Amino acid sequence: MKLAASLTAGILIASAASWAAFGPVGADDREEAFEIPKGTWARRMAGDKVEILPGEVRLMLGVKDVLVLRNRDDVPQVFGPVLMMPGQSFKLPFEMASSYQFACTAHASGQMTVTVEPAPAVGWERLAWRTRALIASGGWAWKS
Amino acid sequence: MRFALACLLLLANAVYAAEGKLKAGVFDPPRAAPEFSLNGSDGSKLQLSRYRGKVVLLGFGFTSCAFVCPTTLATLAKAQKKLGPGGEDVQVVYVTVDPERDSPERMRRYLAAFDPRFLGGTGTPEQLANVRQDYGIQATRVPIGGDPKNYAVDHSSFVYLIDREGKLRAMMPYGHSADDFAHDVAMLLKK
Repeated sequence: MKLAASLTAGILIASAASWAAFGPVGADDREEAFEIPKGTWARRMAGDKVEILPGEVRLMLGVKDVLVLRNRDDVPQVFGPVLMMPGQSFKLPFEMASSYQFACTAHASGQMTVTVEPAPAVGWERLAWRTRALIASGGWAWKS
Repeated sequence: MRFALACLLLLANAVYAAEGKLKAGVFDPPRAAPEFSLNGSDGSKLQLSRYRGKVVLLGFGFTSCAFVCPTTLATLAKAQKKLGPGGEDVQVVYVTVDPERDSPERMRRYLAAFDPRFLGGTGTPEQLANVRQDYGIQATRVPIGGDPKNYAVDHSSFVYLIDREGKLRAMMPYGHSADDFAHDVAMLLKK
């Protein structure tokens, strides 16, 4: 009885590991979204230092490879590289792994970097990536 | 039979979705591209509204630019050629960020080296600053050496895609290929 249970558990673990190593990485939601909330301009005018976009945004091909910026404020805002009207969104897909530099006045350096990594290769790399994602949050990597 | 039909519909949807996406970054909802009136490199007033009915590729740069502008303009010229007869419904407009050096004539000569159909726009520093503000364009003069006449201009390097109705639909970051431009322009021309 114990042997059968151990055998079943072993088979399940091996199946999960092989799926994690060889399963496709495509995700349903590939958007990494950042949003300027309503009232941001007023807060900035009042002297608040409001940081919304990090200096570097990291994306991964096939997993999170669409940068989405939304302006929910009542005034036009330069958000990342673009000028956006109130209520407007901007959706930028990436198809090549690389480091992209954009002029951005919101950052002290005057630049924003989007680093797009390739999807993890089949095998150990993918297994390690899924394991890290599971440990970090149990998030989207396992849902994909 | 129903299963096969459902599969076909799914496949058709997938193909439509793949074809229906621009390579450029897309604005939603698109807004009207801000109008401007500049001195055109062809000697006329350069107004965006003149090109309603065409797809406009709007870039910002300067004729003394060593790398980014020539690369972008060469890419746009290649894309326009790739579009074949459809390329006639495309207008490339390049607005200078360096009005001190870029006269209409200098821009005409410079742009003609890429494609004689390209149009340049220049004006007073104030006019051009207003256009840059309307489009969210950054431009900063960077001195080279001690000579005040010797400088470069760091500037936003993307290209805006404006549809036939004059709406600012998308922004293509620097580095995209002529194929990507041709793909997106072809999509905008169809609509």
